[in-house]
Amino acid sequence: MSHRSTATAPRRSRSRRSNPVAGVASFVWLLIVLIPLYAMITTSLAGPEEAVGRNALKPPNDPTLDNYSLVLESGFPHYLLNTALAALGVVAIVVGLTVPLAFVAVRNRGFWSGGAFRLFLLGVAIPAQAVVVPLYLMITKLNVYDSLWAIVLPTAAFAMPVSVLILVGTLRDISEESYEAMALDGASPTRMLFQLVIPLAKGGISTVIIYSALQAWNGFLFPLIFTQSEEPRVLTLGLYNYVSQFGVNIPALLASVVLSGVPIFVVYLVARRALVSGLMGVGGK
Amino acid sequence: MTEPVTKSVDAAPKGGVRATQVGRPNASWALPGVLFFLFFAVAPMALAVYLSFTEWNGLGDPEFVGLENWRNLVSDPRLTQSLTVTVALTVVSWVFQTVIALLLGVWASGKQRNRAVLSAIFFTPFLLSSTAIALLFFALLDPNFGVIKGDTLGTTSGAFLAIVFVGGWQFIPFHTLIYQGGARQIPEVLYQAAAIDGAGRVRQFFSITLPQLRHTMAMSSVLMVVGSLTYFETVLILTQGGPGTDTAILPYLMYEAGFRSYDFGYASAVATFLVFAATGLSLLMVRITGFGSMRSAREGM
Repeated sequence: MSHRSTATAPRRSRSRRSNPVAGVASFVWLLIVLIPLYAMITTSLAGPEEAVGRNALKPPNDPTLDNYSLVLESGFPHYLLNTALAALGVVAIVVGLTVPLAFVAVRNRGFWSGGAFRLFLLGVAIPAQAVVVPLYLMITKLNVYDSLWAIVLPTAAFAMPVSVLILVGTLRDISEESYEAMALDGASPTRMLFQLVIPLAKGGISTVIIYSALQAWNGFLFPLIFTQSEEPRVLTLGLYNYVSQFGVNIPALLASVVLSGVPIFVVYLVARRALVSGLMGVGGK
Repeated sequence: MTEPVTKSVDAAPKGGVRATQVGRPNASWALPGVLFFLFFAVAPMALAVYLSFTEWNGLGDPEFVGLENWRNLVSDPRLTQSLTVTVALTVVSWVFQTVIALLLGVWASGKQRNRAVLSAIFFTPFLLSSTAIALLFFALLDPNFGVIKGDTLGTTSGAFLAIVFVGGWQFIPFHTLIYQGGARQIPEVLYQAAAIDGAGRVRQFFSITLPQLRHTMAMSSVLMVVGSLTYFETVLILTQGGPGTDTAILPYLMYEAGFRSYDFGYASAVATFLVFAATGLSLLMVRITGFGSMRSAREGM
């Protein structure tokens, strides 16, 4: 079948066999994925008189973009900018702190570096919810309540455990010989970090960037509890506030949901390969 | 000199004593990261334990009250209910997501063109934030408006299944991707050998695919279990813990006690309980999966 196969595999490659049962099952899942998305888009185009009691699966008779302009006039661009800034801050902190940390965990043979690794291993399971009350106390004492820092700092801390695991997994794959070759040249740890570790761990680092940016993008609880005013409001909280702001205007609410997906959809179109392989990396090897 | 297992790679030919010591980073390089994490994640846990012995309404200073919050917690019928719902939600979600993500992921790991296109579509829900997804289904399940007529969220089982479904709809794309990546790394020769031995597709799945995916499954399961503790916004937006308190998972119970009733001492007791449960769970999972001693994938090949 597969004509690209070389002399080693003249028979049909496993990965190219067809599988009708699984094909049907995946078609069912396709419908489960697409129907809500379809209903979301058609409804967001419906005018107010059509909104209540309409069949969400039927396209609106008189499609309008009014709902979208309403959302854009209700602070949406401001929220989006805040989310982007928060994501940038989280990524910078996480990458800056975890890359040297993972380097130590893999290359330092001391007692403390092993302990540090185990600390983060356990940290994977700490749910952020469990610490919001004490964090609330700390955030107010630190005088960062109701600012973007109140979101960025704890979000970064809670993105660290998984990031450390991903990076340690990647760094363990760099061969001992590469380190030794550089060590024989008398390379300092700093030079090794920048000339060997970072270039070879690019995949792991981009996974960490994507993972931590997603934490900021998705974060809801920290913004909900640590911010209050319009100024530092991020997108997720903005969407939540639209529920009371728009009330029964469901089409406008869904228009805001669609708009919130647009930026990351654009990222997905531009950098699908990097995003997908980065996320695959979260699963490890 | 007790060496952590991870460092045993030194069995490789050594380039002299000097070469193995030069260029190793000082442990202090890890310090900023460790301190940051200790300050914003570990210290708050300790503080939660302390606050659970105090009464505090969010203003002024916490006042020490001893075991009062804990006594209230243990006798609170909401705790038993909340714990049951949390565990049930975690288990049902794990089964739902693992079965679908595993099958879809292994299927999508094939290199056919249509599978590539479908995987790209399957991925789209993951592009929305969990808040956006909760709002989407909040709108679609609205009894006056939604696709499904009738008050789905008004019944206990309806509300529970809605949360499971919405969680799955959001996270299955991600776990599918993880399994897809894992399945692609299974060496082709294993299947060729099995085919020569006459093993069918189902047999191959259970004897090769599943065992080979155990690390993937471990990581995916840890993320799922921790993830299902974070269904907080789904619950807040979709059901508000209702009907009644039937879907009030532990984090939601804590949120209500703290940020709605301003009883932060009691909320901290719930939080402390959550921390111990989660830590116990993760210790158990680390032990079962052996993640701590997991080596490079290349070792032993």
